[in-house]
Amino acid sequence: MAKKIRILLAKPGLDGHDRGAKVLARCFRDAGFEVIYTGCHNTPEQIVNAAIQEDVDMVGLSCLSGAHTYLYPEVVQQLRDRGVTDIPVVGGGIIPDRDMQPLYDAGLKAIFTPGATLDSIVDWINNNIAAKE
Amino acid sequence: MEELGKRALTGDIRAVSRLIRNIEDQVPNTHEAIKHIFPFTGRAHVVGITGAPGAGKSTLTDQLICSIRAQNKTVGVMAVDPSSPFTGGALLGDRIRMLRHADDPGVFVRSLATRGAMGGLSKAVGDGIHVLDVMGKDVIIVETVGVGQQEVDIINHAHTVLVVLVPGMGDEVQAIKAGLMEVADIFIINKADREGARKLYKETLSMMDMGKFPSGWRPPIVMVESNLEPHTFAKSVDELYEKINEHYVFLKEHNLLQERAQLKVQTEINDALRSAILEPVLSRLVESGEFDQMVQKLMKKETDPYTLADEVAAKYLIK
Repeated sequence: MAKKIRILLAKPGLDGHDRGAKVLARCFRDAGFEVIYTGCHNTPEQIVNAAIQEDVDMVGLSCLSGAHTYLYPEVVQQLRDRGVTDIPVVGGGIIPDRDMQPLYDAGLKAIFTPGATLDSIVDWINNNIAAKE
Repeated sequence: MEELGKRALTGDIRAVSRLIRNIEDQVPNTHEAIKHIFPFTGRAHVVGITGAPGAGKSTLTDQLICSIRAQNKTVGVMAVDPSSPFTGGALLGDRIRMLRHADDPGVFVRSLATRGAMGGLSKAVGDGIHVLDVMGKDVIIVETVGVGQQEVDIINHAHTVLVVLVPGMGDEVQAIKAGLMEVADIFIINKADREGARKLYKETLSMMDMGKFPSGWRPPIVMVESNLEPHTFAKSVDELYEKINEHYVFLKEHNLLQERAQLKVQTEINDALRSAILEPVLSRLVESGEFDQMVQKLMKKETDPYTLADEVAAKYLIK
């Protein structure tokens, strides 16, 4: 039996700056995770459907356009609406300090901002995300 | 676990995705769910799509989904990408090309990593096809990893195999080599607007002129031009889908569907025997430390692999 942590990595909204997401995808691969990368311009609906079809252990969102206060909570809410409570959502990007608490309040499990090291993100996943039974 | 099988039969998406996940993870008792659904399998048309990395398999699959949906048929996709031989991790990127179907309840897409399998697929593909089949998908597309010349396990699982070729990959000797070029039911020359496409077409054609087709099906060659011209691209892929349907009808009319199904069950019983007989023996050897001892003996050249295997067989097999 070989359980693997599966992660969906997506860029919601109108934002084509995907270098960060690609670096993370590569880093997760090297950490031994299976990463499903869905690219740019995803809608929250597409992300939620993909997360369900892929039965992932975590959704990672990257957005650099400033729309995170709308898009991230929307993904969390739509997962809840679909009855999915076992897929935590994590966000990253240029997130101003004042937006952090509202995002946590909306249900995000972690937020990583510029300066977060790749190792610290992988450590967080290893400590907080378990492959599903 | 049987419960999961029952829910999959009703088309419950969470049950389906969890079941495929359990198959991949080889969770104990997953076989119980497969036992439950197996009698209901064999309804869907399974289409395999294979070819070199970057040949356009995912993009073609994406457009093919449109052609199939236009005829009101539902689609299940399993897209395989490679696992790292070093970390076991994987970057599964086939979904990027299929994003527009994410909201369509008639389409289910699942990405799989090879997890060490060498034939261009994941070990979970065989049972995964069963799951998508019983959830009610009419057509199941299995997209292999980008393959070289002989990762052709897809022929054991698909009714119709599409081989995607692109110009500029080698001379005509490549076209007469064994392996990949032999398994096609339909050839696709993708990116056919590029230089060398006509040459590739002629080479593929003359390769086939030398061939024999005992079943009576001569693989057609479909030219598909750049997807940057959406209308001509869609039209070519519609034509491709017509050929796929023609092939399926041909298999049915000539009682060849059974032959393909037989290949699949042969593979399945092989795998099932392996997991029921070989794997328990192997894990016992590993747990007891005997496996390590055998490795050490071999390193010191005290014995050879065949003698060791005979000893293990004598211990576990009743003759």
